[in-house]
Amino acid sequence: MSKRNLLATVAALSAFGLNAAQAESLKMGALATLEGAFTALGEDGMRGVQLAINEFGGTAGGREIELITGSSDASPDSAIRATRRLVEQDGVQILVGPLSGSEGLAVRDYAKTQPDVTFVNGSSAAQDTTLRDPSDNFFRFSTDGAQWMAGLGEYTLNEKGYESIAIIAEDYSFPYSLVFGFLEPYCRLGGQAKVEDRFWVPIGNKDYSSVIASLPDDVDALFVGLGGADAVNFLTQYEQAGGELPLVAGSITVDQTVLGSKGRTRDFVIGTPSASPISDTWDDPRWAAFVASYQAEFPDGFPSPSIFAHAYYVNTKAALLALDEVGGDLSDGGANYRTALSNLSFETPTGMVSLDARRNAIADIFLTEVIEGPDGNLVNDTVKVTSQVSQTFGLEYEEFLEYGVVGRDNPSCS
Amino acid sequence: MGKYIVLAALLLAYPTFVGDFFTFQIGAYALLLGTVALSLQVLGGYGGMVSLSQLTVAGIAGYTVAILGDNTTNVMGLGWPWWCVVTAAIAIAAIAASLIGAISVRTEGIYTIMITLAIAVSFFYFVRQNYPVFNGFTGLAGVEPPRFGALYLRDPAPFYYLSLAIAAVFFWAVRYERHATFGLALQAIRDNPRRMAALGYNVPLHRVAAHALAGVIAGTAGVALVWFNGRISPGTVGVDVAIDILIIAVIGGMRHPIGPFIGALVFVLLENFAIDLIDRERFNTVIGLCFLAIVFLSPDGLLGLFDKARQAVRADTPKPQEPRKHPDKLHHNR
Repeated sequence: MSKRNLLATVAALSAFGLNAAQAESLKMGALATLEGAFTALGEDGMRGVQLAINEFGGTAGGREIELITGSSDASPDSAIRATRRLVEQDGVQILVGPLSGSEGLAVRDYAKTQPDVTFVNGSSAAQDTTLRDPSDNFFRFSTDGAQWMAGLGEYTLNEKGYESIAIIAEDYSFPYSLVFGFLEPYCRLGGQAKVEDRFWVPIGNKDYSSVIASLPDDVDALFVGLGGADAVNFLTQYEQAGGELPLVAGSITVDQTVLGSKGRTRDFVIGTPSASPISDTWDDPRWAAFVASYQAEFPDGFPSPSIFAHAYYVNTKAALLALDEVGGDLSDGGANYRTALSNLSFETPTGMVSLDARRNAIADIFLTEVIEGPDGNLVNDTVKVTSQVSQTFGLEYEEFLEYGVVGRDNPSCS
Repeated sequence: MGKYIVLAALLLAYPTFVGDFFTFQIGAYALLLGTVALSLQVLGGYGGMVSLSQLTVAGIAGYTVAILGDNTTNVMGLGWPWWCVVTAAIAIAAIAASLIGAISVRTEGIYTIMITLAIAVSFFYFVRQNYPVFNGFTGLAGVEPPRFGALYLRDPAPFYYLSLAIAAVFFWAVRYERHATFGLALQAIRDNPRRMAALGYNVPLHRVAAHALAGVIAGTAGVALVWFNGRISPGTVGVDVAIDILIIAVIGGMRHPIGPFIGALVFVLLENFAIDLIDRERFNTVIGLCFLAIVFLSPDGLLGLFDKARQAVRADTPKPQEPRKHPDKLHHNR
């Protein structure tokens, strides 16, 4: 009934010479993990979506944005169920999401069955989502896990002097990408990371005592690639077990979703180097403005926006900018809209972002170290900015494929 | 009988009233989840054995389809013809269910639950950690149902009717079994296993046979579920989902084979639409509260609620109310 009313309104407005498209609202879906181990991450992702929409005053291309949210629990199945509901029941024409790596792979596969719907990534960062067998209607304006590690492998070996390292990370596609991005330069330059010193744990693991007990003592450092509640649990237990290895962290392990949590791990993580698509203390007006609007809008959010708020914000903003460009017109099944997205190049809080031929972002990456901020919160301090990191590390596409699919043993580091 | 004809007509006509989403994602999914829960109802309602591994049995069938048939993950995918795959999947599910039965039938009550829970948990971790065959966390994607000319089985209406056919066949089978010799013996074993053993019945064998039957039901639903999702991964056979099956059976009601389907419908609707009722941080609380309310108001599930309502209407007549007998008890069928 309401649809009919809307049609009548539209018809009436057109009679007065207004463009029909201006009156009809546009349905946009947002999918994030609002359940499970990554709940805090998903909630912050949703804050990022809200920030971008508010920045546009709730309209883009002359059409009001009607936001519909969906929830998953980081498993590919739940992501597909929620995506199906948003696309097939709610009829969203643009979907922002999902959050986690293997979800991204699943949504990418689903995207191929819905050629008229445009999928813009949330924060999922598995390499293969856009590298191998990409989908024409899946766009990622946030970078992948291997890109996030730019500069960290070199820094760990050369500046920190850790010549051998053990690894603990979650056992799925995103940490594989992360570890690959870290180890590729680290091993190439002579660092040691034996395959038997890599520990892969399931998402949502609560008890790390057996892993902690079997960590080797003949390594110089420990690389931690865990996210959300998993990272908090591991760090707490490792500290309580008297762990002494210096840490090197994958982006999400020292993200605000972990640093901002209340716990005893505080002093323990100070000085941990990491690399990430954001840096909490980056001295740049664009970033400062983003942080200020986040803090003003969400007083009960984290002290500073997390990677997930940032990634969802950047992706939503891209979706809205392209809508402006086509005047909100998706009547051709979104073909023009997707062309506009492909050619988009815009300023984000962390610098310029543009897309490569497979619709994956080329963006700046930050090398960071955890410090105690002026107000007592733990933050990531900017050590160095690596500008315009591409998915293929600057190599030709074919050449990069020779590294092989990311996984537990890639690179083998021998 | 009349009410079943009305119900059948409604179910057959359902896709013409609603859109694709309600046909596929709500209708077909509820029918398939209901079928898995039906297999638990056979074991729990008639056999007195509450098993948490019915979803595992469905998952074994699903993984078999993805491994023996085609998938796009470059792991396994042996490419057998679909009818071989389906037969093998259901057979393997039935064998696995019989083995689970053989392990668990000598236990009672909470111990049966513990053993079957342990099986469900170990299968979950096994597929999550095994990469060469099950492809770990990511699982196997790109599983396609068979095509018959222009008829593509995953299109909403064809898939709905496939699910309806599966659900209907097993619904009638279970309904028939309730009054068949085997079903009566099973219910008698539920009520007094020692007496049945004294009468010369092989109690464990009957129970294992019940597990095998439930395995065929769950396995068939599992094949359809993997076609439905187009993929299978450890998340599909996780402990939380295994417990969802128990929730479905309990909120629907364990007494009658229609119960699991009612439970599944309520469950699927809540799972899909609770997020619209309340803000997105709290929707799981709503789901939990609904289940709590159902079980609190009626320990017999929604079926029991329905019966209570009917009794309340009848209570207007002056006839004294006889205490309702358990309809599944053996003496009722004499």
